[in-house]
Amino acid sequence: MLELQGLTRRFGAVTAVDRVSLSVPEGQMLGIIGRSGAGKSTLLRMINRLTEPSAGRILHDGRDITALSGRALRAWRADCAMIFQQFNLVQRLDVLTNVLIGRLSRRRGPLARLGALLGLFTAEERAMALALLDRFGLAETALQRAETLSGGQQQRVAICRALMQEPRLILADEPIASLDPANARAVMEALREVNRGQGLTVLCNLHDLAAARHYCDRILALQAGRVAFDGPPAELTPARVEAIYGIPEAVLAAEGAPARAALVH
Amino acid sequence: MAAGAAPLRMEAAFRAARRQRRAATLLGLAVLLACLLASAWVAEAHPARLLEGLPRIGEYFHRILPTLRREALFAGAETEGSLAFWFYRLDSWAWLLFETANMAALATLMGAAAALALCFVAARNAGAPRPLALATRRLLEALRTVPEIVFALILVWAFGVGPLAGILAIALHSTGALGKLFAEAVENAGAGPWEAVRAAGGGWAEACRFGLLPQVLPNLLSYALLRFEINLRAASVIGFVGAGGIGEELYTVIAFNHYEEISAIVLLIILCVAAIDLLSERLRHHVIGAAR
Ligand SMILES: Nc1ncnc2c1ncn2[C@@H]1O[C@H](COP(=O)(O)OP(=O)(O)OP(=O)(O)O)[C@@H](O)[C@H]1O
Ligand SMILES: [Mg+2]
Repeated sequence: MLELQGLTRRFGAVTAVDRVSLSVPEGQMLGIIGRSGAGKSTLLRMINRLTEPSAGRILHDGRDITALSGRALRAWRADCAMIFQQFNLVQRLDVLTNVLIGRLSRRRGPLARLGALLGLFTAEERAMALALLDRFGLAETALQRAETLSGGQQQRVAICRALMQEPRLILADEPIASLDPANARAVMEALREVNRGQGLTVLCNLHDLAAARHYCDRILALQAGRVAFDGPPAELTPARVEAIYGIPEAVLAAEGAPARAALVH
Repeated sequence: MAAGAAPLRMEAAFRAARRQRRAATLLGLAVLLACLLASAWVAEAHPARLLEGLPRIGEYFHRILPTLRREALFAGAETEGSLAFWFYRLDSWAWLLFETANMAALATLMGAAAALALCFVAARNAGAPRPLALATRRLLEALRTVPEIVFALILVWAFGVGPLAGILAIALHSTGALGKLFAEAVENAGAGPWEAVRAAGGGWAEACRFGLLPQVLPNLLSYALLRFEINLRAASVIGFVGAGGIGEELYTVIAFNHYEEISAIVLLIILCVAAIDLLSERLRHHVIGAAR
């Protein structure tokens, strides 16, 4: 169970995230929606402490995440894998090494870490990475440089890297915003498969309402950093959307969700 | 009417802007010329002295030229006018050149290794603590501001005459010069992968190694090779202060006015530097094409 209590982040005069309180049960797929600048990324990045909260607390299974530092913080980051809009693969490295990066946090002791720095990974680690790649139909690409893959393939490699961490939850920041419809669907299917199949909690920022409705168990809408809606997709009626965003849903959809058409089968 | 007026108005505006630009250019040129004259006056580079000195350069070159006779060109080292006579100490010079190249290579390697470690600390985007980053940047600045020959003077005093002082001197300067270039390359690298490694629970060193290094490695190698070429030239003169290499020999023959030997050694240095230049350029292109 992940709990946020009055979580707040200010950037100068801007309050990006404003007293967000929320609890996410194990195994839930939570979609976070909201317009550009609503604070979605900031919220996710506070959970793995890439961004430090200004106020409030984060608890995971009762443990105070906001107080972690050093090795404990690294361990927590390994527990909550992040997936980025721009994939953030190391383009010049091969796919296999990119996936193995997900294993770095499991290295304990100076010798093991030095080995990793020299690029020495064990046969078991490689086998694990290859099995993951195979699961997402990418085994053949293992020795190619990441930059030679399509966007959709790269995002699936990023998912493999995330799973390599053996995480407790996955934080996905607009994982499909730079993908074409077919690839967007493949990536969302992969995330849902991980959620349903392995029971991993997934927090997923989405621009696209249709995708959020289709794939998520629960939707959280942010508006200027505050929670404007929190409930199951069925309750997010067009009328409520208009109340939250101030514009009709059709206009909102036209604002920029190329993946929409493909996601609604 | 208004439709016809706009183009005319814009043409007038264009001319006005052009007039202004030309005036600014002329003013700039005038300032530049004034600065040139002022600096020439300060440096005592009077035209008269320049004209006076020019022939003497020619004379010097004439003196250091070897006297070669065509019929004896390939004769043995005892025959005056032969190539072998000109390069009569080729064996010891070749050894000194080899030592010089080794000094340059070792110094480049040491400098590059130190620069590699420091560049991630100095770079603005690699997440090192700010005071540490600032201190490192100042240190690199200091290292590259001091010329090799000054380091060499100090180190010869400390370690005695010999190549060790030269190697360390060049390595120190290289650390400063390369560290700055490396750090700039790192700053131009995308931050995404670095952040991804941190988000995956990797530490600072892992984030730099996997998130940044692969992005910049071809650049760094290319800079290091370029530095090797520069260091080779530095190593050939650093011997002037007793820090090893061919420079010591060159200094001696210049000091004793052994004119023909000066030209022989200079020619050897030029050939050697050119050969290594070519080689490292090849290597550099290869590296840029296929690094990982
Ligand atoms: N590092 C930062 N420095 C200053 N302001 C920031 C920073 N990061 C975010 N902000 C501000 O915080 C607010 C929320 O940004 P955030 O990136 O969380 O929004 P978002 O919902 O993810 O938007 P998008 O859909 O465009 O990704 C914005 O006003 C943004 O300008
Ligand atoms: Mg965002």
